[in-house]
Amino acid sequence: MSVRKEEKAVEKKGAAPAVELTRDQPVFAPATDIYERDDAVVVVCDMPGVDDKHVDITLEDGVLTILGYADTSAPSDHELVYRGYEPGTFRRAFTLGAEVDPDKIRAKIVNGVLRVELGKTERAQPRKIPVQTE
Amino acid sequence: MVWQEIGGWGFDPFTEFRRLQREMNRLFEEFEGIEEAEPAVNVWSSKNDLVITAEVPGVAPEDLRVHVQDDVFTLEGERKAEDPGEGVVVHRAERASGRFARSIRLPYPVDHDRVTAKYRNGILTVTLPRSEASKPRQIAVTTD
Repeated sequence: MSVRKEEKAVEKKGAAPAVELTRDQPVFAPATDIYERDDAVVVVCDMPGVDDKHVDITLEDGVLTILGYADTSAPSDHELVYRGYEPGTFRRAFTLGAEVDPDKIRAKIVNGVLRVELGKTERAQPRKIPVQTE
Repeated sequence: MVWQEIGGWGFDPFTEFRRLQREMNRLFEEFEGIEEAEPAVNVWSSKNDLVITAEVPGVAPEDLRVHVQDDVFTLEGERKAEDPGEGVVVHRAERASGRFARSIRLPYPVDHDRVTAKYRNGILTVTLPRSEASKPRQIAVTTD
C-alpha cells in the first residue's frame, strides 16, 4: 500500500457516515456501476447475501441512499475455520446530477445484484428539435 | 490437524495481506485497483461436514462450476460483464467481471458423491460431508 493511498483512506474515514446504523454489524460500501442513458440513470450494486426483503432505497433531496442487509446467519453447529469475508450491511449514498422523476424509479435484486433505474423527468431529457426546410 | 496451503488456505501472510487490503477497500469506498480474481470464501466445519460459502454476486448458477478432486476443492466461474448499450455515459465501473477460480485444500477427505451446492442471493453454499473412513473413531476403553 503506497503512502498516497493510506492518506486517502484516512481522509475517507474522517468523512465517513454522518448517519450511524443501529445494527452492530460491519458496514461495507458495495462495488457499484453507474451509467446514464438519455432517459434514465442506472445504478448497479453488488450485494451478496441480500434478498428483496432486505433492501432499503431512498431518494431525498437528490441523494440516493442504498441500504442492504445481508443474511448473516451461520450454518448451525459449525465452527468458522477460515474467514475470507464478513457478511454485514451494505450502505452507499450518491448525489444524483440529473433530475429524477419519483414515479419512474424501479429497483430489483437478482442473484445478489441490485439494479436501480431512475427515470429522468421529461424536462431533464435531451430533446430533439426538428429542423425544417422550405 | 495439519492445514496445508493452497490458494489462501491457512495462514499465508500474503493472502492475509490481500484479504486485509480488500476489506480496507470495501470499508473506505476506495476502489482503485480492486480486482477480485478469486471470490471471497468462508469455511465452516463440524464433526460431520465442511461448509464452504462464497460471495459470487451476479453469477448465474449455470456459470459456476464446483469440483472436488482428491482433497482439493475448486470453485470456478465466470462473471459476465453487463453491456450498458450504445450512447451511454459510464460514471462508475467498480464491479469486477471475468473468469475466476479458487482452490482450497480440504483438511480431511470428503465423500465426493454427497457434495451438494446451493446458490442463493449471490452466495454459493457447498456442503462437503466428511468421508466415513476419516471420521474420528471412539475407542472404548475396557478394564479386565
